[in-house]
Amino acid sequence: MNKSWWKILAIVLVLFSIIGGFLFHVPAKPILNESIRNIHFHVPMWFAMITMLAVSFVYSIKYLNKGNENDDLMAVESANVGIVFGILGLITGMIWANFTWGEPWSNDPKQNSSAIALLIYMAYLVLRNSMDEEQKRGKISSVYNVFAFPIMVVLLFVLPRMTDSLHPGNGGNPGFNTKDMAPELRPVFYPACLGWILVSLWITNLRFRIRKQENLNS
Amino acid sequence: MKKFLFVICFLCLTAASIFAQGSSEVEMATELRSSGKIYVVVAVLAAIFIGLAFYLFSIDNRLKKIEKQQK
Repeated sequence: MNKSWWKILAIVLVLFSIIGGFLFHVPAKPILNESIRNIHFHVPMWFAMITMLAVSFVYSIKYLNKGNENDDLMAVESANVGIVFGILGLITGMIWANFTWGEPWSNDPKQNSSAIALLIYMAYLVLRNSMDEEQKRGKISSVYNVFAFPIMVVLLFVLPRMTDSLHPGNGGNPGFNTKDMAPELRPVFYPACLGWILVSLWITNLRFRIRKQENLNS
Repeated sequence: MKKFLFVICFLCLTAASIFAQGSSEVEMATELRSSGKIYVVVAVLAAIFIGLAFYLFSIDNRLKKIEKQQK
């Protein structure tokens, strides 16, 4: 994890997505116009959030299995970074929606459920910070986290796709379905997602190491 | 012969109308890009991101020093 090649890769991928996302050809569609380029910046925020929350889920299970305190710290810090990226995803989505759907919040099923998912994870942080004793805190918050992750997956990937949504990809995954996304967007979109996932992993890694130092000193 | 000419004219007209639709239907920022100014925005964003990346690296290095001191 302390090797720097993947950090450089993260920067190169995101830089490529900034350059390609602005300059490459995109399909011309009414209403969307040039704002389709947002797909290279708004959607990767959610990919990063989901990956960090998955990391948090895995480390919570690890903590419950082995009881190693570092696993608990990793679970908290990845959830922290995941929430930050989720908030960025909400804000960028609201800006985009304001100009394409007419209002920042149109009670779209995916908007609502992503807000609920974020609240569930904020409750995780509140729950964790409300306890002082380390083992009790670690165990209770890990159990909560293990339940929170599948609820988040259902809220973001299952429920919105069972009803009509303004988001593309009802009944499928718009990122990977050949019909839902124009092929010329993909060479920029996938590197952008991977790049932002790596950036979020990097920030999580930094926060985890700081937390570990704080833990040693206290 | 008349019929043939008629068909040719008809085809040309439909083709023209299709091209006209294609060019005027959706407003894109082609002019913005052709005038070259969009590169300025890309350069600014790239500069911001590179700056942030260096900042992250410097935080990383500082942490490494602290971790070494602890050991």
